[in-house]
Amino acid sequence: MFSLLMTFSPERRAMVYVTTPQQAKDIPSLIKRYGFDQPFYKQYGRWAKEVASGNFGYSLVASRPVSEAFWIYFPVSLELALYAAPCIIIFGIWMGTKAGRHRNSGFDHFSRVFSIIGWSLPTFLFALVLLMIFYGYTNWFPPGILSDESSLYIIEHPDKFIRYTGLYSIDGILNGNLSIALDSLKHLVLPVITLTVVVCAILMRVMRSGMIEEMSKDYVTTARAKGVDENTILIKHARRNALIPVITVAGTLVALLMEGSVAVEIIFNRQGIGWWLATSAIQLDMPVLMAICLFMGVVFVSVNLIVDILYAVIDPRIRLD
Amino acid sequence: MATQHPALKEFKYTLHRIFKNPTAILGFTLLLFFITVAVMAPYLAPPKYEHNPYKVPHTGFSSIPQPPSAEHPFGTTSGQYDIYYAAVWGTRTSFKIGLFVVSIALLIGVTLGCIAGYYGGLVDEVIMRCVDAFYAIPFLVLAMTIVVAFGRGLDVIMIAIASVAWRNYVRVMRASILTIRDLDYVNAAKLMGVSDFRIMMRHILPNSIFPVMIVASMEIGAYVLIAAFLAFLGLGAPRGYADWGQMIALARNYIVGPPDDPFLYWYTIAIPGGCIVLFVLAWNLIGDALRDAFDPKLRRE
Repeated sequence: MFSLLMTFSPERRAMVYVTTPQQAKDIPSLIKRYGFDQPFYKQYGRWAKEVASGNFGYSLVASRPVSEAFWIYFPVSLELALYAAPCIIIFGIWMGTKAGRHRNSGFDHFSRVFSIIGWSLPTFLFALVLLMIFYGYTNWFPPGILSDESSLYIIEHPDKFIRYTGLYSIDGILNGNLSIALDSLKHLVLPVITLTVVVCAILMRVMRSGMIEEMSKDYVTTARAKGVDENTILIKHARRNALIPVITVAGTLVALLMEGSVAVEIIFNRQGIGWWLATSAIQLDMPVLMAICLFMGVVFVSVNLIVDILYAVIDPRIRLD
Repeated sequence: MATQHPALKEFKYTLHRIFKNPTAILGFTLLLFFITVAVMAPYLAPPKYEHNPYKVPHTGFSSIPQPPSAEHPFGTTSGQYDIYYAAVWGTRTSFKIGLFVVSIALLIGVTLGCIAGYYGGLVDEVIMRCVDAFYAIPFLVLAMTIVVAFGRGLDVIMIAIASVAWRNYVRVMRASILTIRDLDYVNAAKLMGVSDFRIMMRHILPNSIFPVMIVASMEIGAYVLIAAFLAFLGLGAPRGYADWGQMIALARNYIVGPPDDPFLYWYTIAIPGGCIVLFVLAWNLIGDALRDAFDPKLRRE
């Protein structure tokens, strides 16, 4: 109920925008035909009805219906997120734990500098610089999704390369074609690094302060007094409790990941959801903007819902309330 | 020996806490540098077009960047725009973006947060559900949609970011008001028949504004980043406007030089990019230091 409310109003707002570019072009007949001169609640009602029946409109950028185009772009973004998320989580938690454990050590200072730089760095600039070094200078990791040879192979041998999932790295393995899988992984390295550095900062910060707080609590002292060894205290006692505040920021992390993927996909020329969104924004492709807003809203709200449930699973104290 | 006024003592202690932190000193130094550049812009880089100083002068239309020379200290970017001029006047643009966005967002956010926190009940519920709706979509995506809806340009970007940014302050403001709303001195004022508006302005706001101000100082950097990204996409000011994001967009095709010298055009991206990073870093360092200085958990007297 609550989440329904949350997803609804943004689209209502988005609907208002539909009229603007059309009016700017000043084509009265077009406005009449699509009913853009109607009051906006009517337009919104119509749009909501169409969406409910699965019609999201037509995308000019992709030159096919939005719902169809979505499935072309979605796997690309999914693949990126699938590889970036574990990197962010592992790296962030590891660094946060270590920094919080050895407070004011060299590593701690390094992690603080790292997090504040990660915060101040524009994603698109960082991606450009990486591209400059690792593509321009060393030519290790090219931009794009696949190299020309691999994409040509897929086009020429449609029977030998069946797209099970749409994720090239996994499809490559499923088809027994390792070179394509490796090729797609090679194209993923830089985007994943960019996202990790940018998104990691906040996770690391929360983890670090959580660790510092937990390590100073009485139960840690008790455990030490009992002679539990330091690693067990760290991993079994303190880190588990320090993870609770981390879960609260999971929603923010997902939002950051989505925002970051817009910049990353543009710079590295990966035709995913973020790329589609930005291109549509430049070409005033309204149905796409609304559909992606809806999609991201749904993802974001579901993540928050899952976080709330997870919260109760992890921390029994909350369940009792 | 005259005893110090407690507020003054507290203030001095806070200053001491802020400035014993080396990162804060770095942050304030950077900020001071940028303020100086912004103020001195007409002297550092005399405008070529009197009526529109933000227009970057360009000599010629060649798309190939030129290396630094006596005439162009930082070189020219694609389209022969002078990078030095754009960097200097871009400082003003960035201050304009940051301060405008933060003041509008604060105005809306603090007002709504005050009303929601003070009155509670149904009003609170309605306002907070609206805020939740705004939270359902990532910042950048929502801002981008609004920019597209209202056309393009720097002013549109600023309005769009401000119209998304306020959501943050409502929550912070409301939370901080809730902690003092039921304190005795507020109730005393109510009993004395002081009007709601006056209680809010005189008694509640001064005591609850600090958390919001700290969040605001940390967020200015983020706004400048988002504005730069939108300008980079080409949703910002028209071509040739002194704006760091746009400078990077112009440099985008030249990140990789000819095969024998891949870093040939490094200055086209390093200078505007460095400006953005340092500018945002300055605000983030200050925000960080302020947060540490005001954090009651860390503040032991």
